[in-house]
Amino acid sequence: MIPASFAYERAQSVREAVELLESHQGEAKVLSGGHSLIPLLKLRLTSPTVLVDIGGIAELKGISAEGDRLVVGALTTHAEVAASPEVRRHLPLLAEAARQVGDLQVRNRGTVGGNIAHADPASDLPAVALALDAVITVEGPAGRSEVPVEDFILGPLLTALGGSDVVVSVAFPIPKGKWKGAYEKYPHPASGYAVAGVAAVIGVDDGGTIRDARVGITGVGDMPYRARDVEAALVGNPATEEVVRRAAERADAEGSFSGDLFASEDYRRHLSKVYTRRALMRSLP
Amino acid sequence: MASVFGTAIKRREDPRLITGNGRYTDDVQLPGMLYAAILRSPHAHARIRGINVEKAKRHPGVVAVFTGRDVAGKVAPIPTAWLPPDSNIKTPAHPALAVDSVRYVGDGVAMVVAESRYVARDALELIEVDYEVLPAVVDPEKAMEKGAPAVHEEVPDNVAFHWQAGSDPASAFQDAEVVVRHRFRQQRLIPNAMEPRSAVAQYNAGSGEMTVWVTSQNPHIHRFLLSNILGIPEHKLRIVAVDVGGGFGSKIPCYADEALVALAAKELGRPVKWTEDRRENFLATSHGRDEVIYAELAGKRDGTMLGLRIRMVANMGAYLSTAAPGVPTILFGLITVGPYRIPRAHTEVYGVFTNTTPTDAYRGAGRPEATYVIERMTDLFAREIGMDVVEVRKKNLIPAEEFPYTTALGLQYDSGNYHGALQKALEMVHYEEFRKEQERLRTQGRYIGLGWSTYVEICGLGPSQIAGAVGFQGGLWESAAVRVHPGGKVTVFTGASPHGQGEETTFAQIVADRFGIPVEDVEVVHGDTDRIPMGWGTYGSRATPVGGSALAVAADRILEKARKIAAHMLEVSEEDVEFADGKFQVKGVPTRQVTFQNVVLQAHLAWNLPAGVEPGLEAQAFYDPVNFCYPFGAHACVVEVDVETGQIKVLRYVAVDDCGPVINPMIVEGQVHGGIVQGMGQALWEGAVYDEQGQLVTGSFMDYAMPKARFFPSFETAHTVTPAPHNPLGVKGIGETGTIAATPAVVNAVVDALAPFGVADLEMPLTPEKIWKITHGRDA
Ligand SMILES: Cc1cc2nc3c(=O)[nH]c(=O)nc-3n(C[C@H](O)[C@H](O)[C@H](O)COP(=O)(O)OP(=O)(O)OC[C@H]3O[C@@H](n4cnc5c(N)ncnc54)[C@H](O)[C@@H]3O)c2cc1C
Repeated sequence: MIPASFAYERAQSVREAVELLESHQGEAKVLSGGHSLIPLLKLRLTSPTVLVDIGGIAELKGISAEGDRLVVGALTTHAEVAASPEVRRHLPLLAEAARQVGDLQVRNRGTVGGNIAHADPASDLPAVALALDAVITVEGPAGRSEVPVEDFILGPLLTALGGSDVVVSVAFPIPKGKWKGAYEKYPHPASGYAVAGVAAVIGVDDGGTIRDARVGITGVGDMPYRARDVEAALVGNPATEEVVRRAAERADAEGSFSGDLFASEDYRRHLSKVYTRRALMRSLP
Repeated sequence: MASVFGTAIKRREDPRLITGNGRYTDDVQLPGMLYAAILRSPHAHARIRGINVEKAKRHPGVVAVFTGRDVAGKVAPIPTAWLPPDSNIKTPAHPALAVDSVRYVGDGVAMVVAESRYVARDALELIEVDYEVLPAVVDPEKAMEKGAPAVHEEVPDNVAFHWQAGSDPASAFQDAEVVVRHRFRQQRLIPNAMEPRSAVAQYNAGSGEMTVWVTSQNPHIHRFLLSNILGIPEHKLRIVAVDVGGGFGSKIPCYADEALVALAAKELGRPVKWTEDRRENFLATSHGRDEVIYAELAGKRDGTMLGLRIRMVANMGAYLSTAAPGVPTILFGLITVGPYRIPRAHTEVYGVFTNTTPTDAYRGAGRPEATYVIERMTDLFAREIGMDVVEVRKKNLIPAEEFPYTTALGLQYDSGNYHGALQKALEMVHYEEFRKEQERLRTQGRYIGLGWSTYVEICGLGPSQIAGAVGFQGGLWESAAVRVHPGGKVTVFTGASPHGQGEETTFAQIVADRFGIPVEDVEVVHGDTDRIPMGWGTYGSRATPVGGSALAVAADRILEKARKIAAHMLEVSEEDVEFADGKFQVKGVPTRQVTFQNVVLQAHLAWNLPAGVEPGLEAQAFYDPVNFCYPFGAHACVVEVDVETGQIKVLRYVAVDDCGPVINPMIVEGQVHGGIVQGMGQALWEGAVYDEQGQLVTGSFMDYAMPKARFFPSFETAHTVTPAPHNPLGVKGIGETGTIAATPAVVNAVVDALAPFGVADLEMPLTPEKIWKITHGRDA
């Protein structure tokens, strides 16, 4: 598989990356781990004239706890997220999702920034990002800004990123109080991507009543989504299996479902409920 | 010294291969080498109204562009080399590049040769082809219907051949108390060898010699066919295929691409390389299976099988690939009765053209399909008469004392102990306990199932006389040359062509064992027609039973001569010399002995040889087996079905195989494991899908699900040993058994698990949604 020819630039800083992108007027693309971009190049489904490799930019790497959130640098790999003591302590469901991305090679090369920026509708991280209300830090020609994930992912392979924008980091807020979370995934047997993936968080008060519930669902259609109907059916109710079971039935009330060769729309609707229930069950504190 | 035969020494190939020191075709780098890329049809069926290559020719770095018209007079059509007799076989011309029509997505249309691989690939996009798209047909049964588009004008009904075996079993059906009928679909599979196909050609205009490095399972067959296609005499044509990264049948055929690369090298006076990419591998390398099978089994209520009637419609794709017609006929049609004593049987096969990638042998080739059908039918029969599936098998398996056993389809099964293998598997599985556990779990809403596959395989291809009788356009004997060097080291030249099976190791074990020398002292050479004697390659699990036997015979010839020399050295008559542990010794006098190495040295020095004995120590053997080999065994698979989502989890897999004496247990286990994985791949995940227009929908690893290590439990393997009576090693093949046995074992297990849902059969691959539809009362 041979891509069309392209020029290669290596940026030393985020600023330089933005400038390079700007100077090529929409003809350039950022290269991170390359595990989504390079297949597209090889299939000649995209043919940018320039690749701006940000792989050497130190400031884009690493994970840090900043107040009540974990900030994950754009270049952090899935393997690093999965292995991070910080992530495992504060946001085990994020580690769980990262551990289930593709296979070993993909986890060692693929990056969090690339995953979010690519916005594949079957990617795992968007489900977790949605459930946790993650915020994406973007640097563009006009400087830095923070974009909530719900405003960032706009459609299949479509984001709010401008042609000269670079994802700098993704900040995952750590829920407060007593809570638990989980990520449940049905991997496609061929690609490893999610046929259905559900990130769930349940927070309870001292009396055992659900005060906070978040459900992010990926893989089942054009776009990952927040299952707010499910959340509404949980909040204010006792944290019991029965409540979860009933709430999970509403998993397909939102979202745009679609089918393919492996799984029809109907089946995916069914899976969204089953995996929502399974993720929520494991999130009962 | 302990015998090395039967020991699990490590594969000597591996250090080379896993450290990147293998020599695969794509590793060949020659000065001045050019690169070819092939433009492939995006349409399943179209007429070519015109091709404009001018822009591509002008592209910087492009050296030449060839179209079908350019090569037509220079490269003969690609031949079919298996022509089953009495089958009215039609072999419409298969041009190396399409001239007037394209017949499948992937059909070659033009070739660009350029200074780099990248330029060649870019230039493909500059070729303008004016296609008139024609209606296409992809389903083999639809292709047989009246009014279906004709893939080849000269074959209006699309029937490539019609073949039959056995005799009419009508009387069995009249006597039957029960008749089970079923239609099975063997989905199309994509072999997906790890190494894509590749060819490098170099022509010496001075000497007229052409060398082609190519990904081949059978370099001499390639030489045979390419010589005819290219018009280059055999003695001027050298084929080299040393390290080949898997083939699974897909590297048996001779492909147009290889001939085109050779033509380009000759025309342009520079070496040319072509390596397919994975997308081409999906589209333009042969596929496997893709058949519809109608089966009818007649029997009695006491479980006795009486007769079997099979009708198969086999999708051959757009052209008849090299060995393709032999697969659904000889390799399927003669073994449909499996390991059972079924007195009457008949097979009828239609080979049909469609607008799809040509099919050919794929690991097991025909025998997995036959085993699948009879093993599924056995379960359906058991269900119909309310008998346990193991009891039905026990009742019908050919008893050990009846071997050699001639089947209703005319094969003579040489040896076997089918009940013995089944018994061993039953013990490993703990069958009775399993049934209790199954009952218990069902009351909790959990569904586990156990599936059996008792199989027999026909392999070790095969007696050349039979090869001729069944239309194989070649011999099936094998060659070996053993050259003992003055210092006692040995080089072995084999006509077999290992490409992952580890014969560099096992063949060295065979020779080291016979000579009583360290296995490190034996080198195995293969895959280069300039170095090895004529041979027919590796497929049909033949390398060890046939090639290994040739080697044993050649080694024994060396020993015969060495014994003469030893006797002379020891000053006794030949009869008084015995050979053991690498030493010739006077019988009863242990102090009077000479080592093998010592004798070898004397043979080469020739200072004092017995009268009439020539100097040197080298022998050659051509071994033609008198029968096929018939490995057999019993496999059992345990699954759990998550009825909520339809997902299937394989809990256990037990394999008892009988391949005769095991030369290297580790290699045999590797073959069994790999085979099982491929067999399960068909049952659970793999399946090529075309849309109505003939586009391959599963055209990449994103959609075509290859089995992954994490899908499997650890396999439990064991052996029984029933030597093949007719070859010097007693060995049978083991390369395909896993693939042959595993597929029905898995499907039988899932059907067993879902029995409470009234499930009798499921179409492969058993994707979760199909199961979910059944368990949720929706139409599958
Ligand atoms: C076989 C396989 C299986 C996979 N399975 C899964 C799976 O199960 N789950 C899953 O979630 N993912 C999966 N992936 C995708 C994997 O996680 C990718 O690595 C990831 O989606 C993209 O990250 P990357 O660093 O490789 O990005 P790249 O491929 O380098 O880039 C992807 C896109 O994002 C843009 N981009 C990258 N980084 C930035 C940035 N910092 N700022 C702005 N734009 C940027 C690029 O320009 C490009 O358009 C799989 C990939 C493969 C090849």
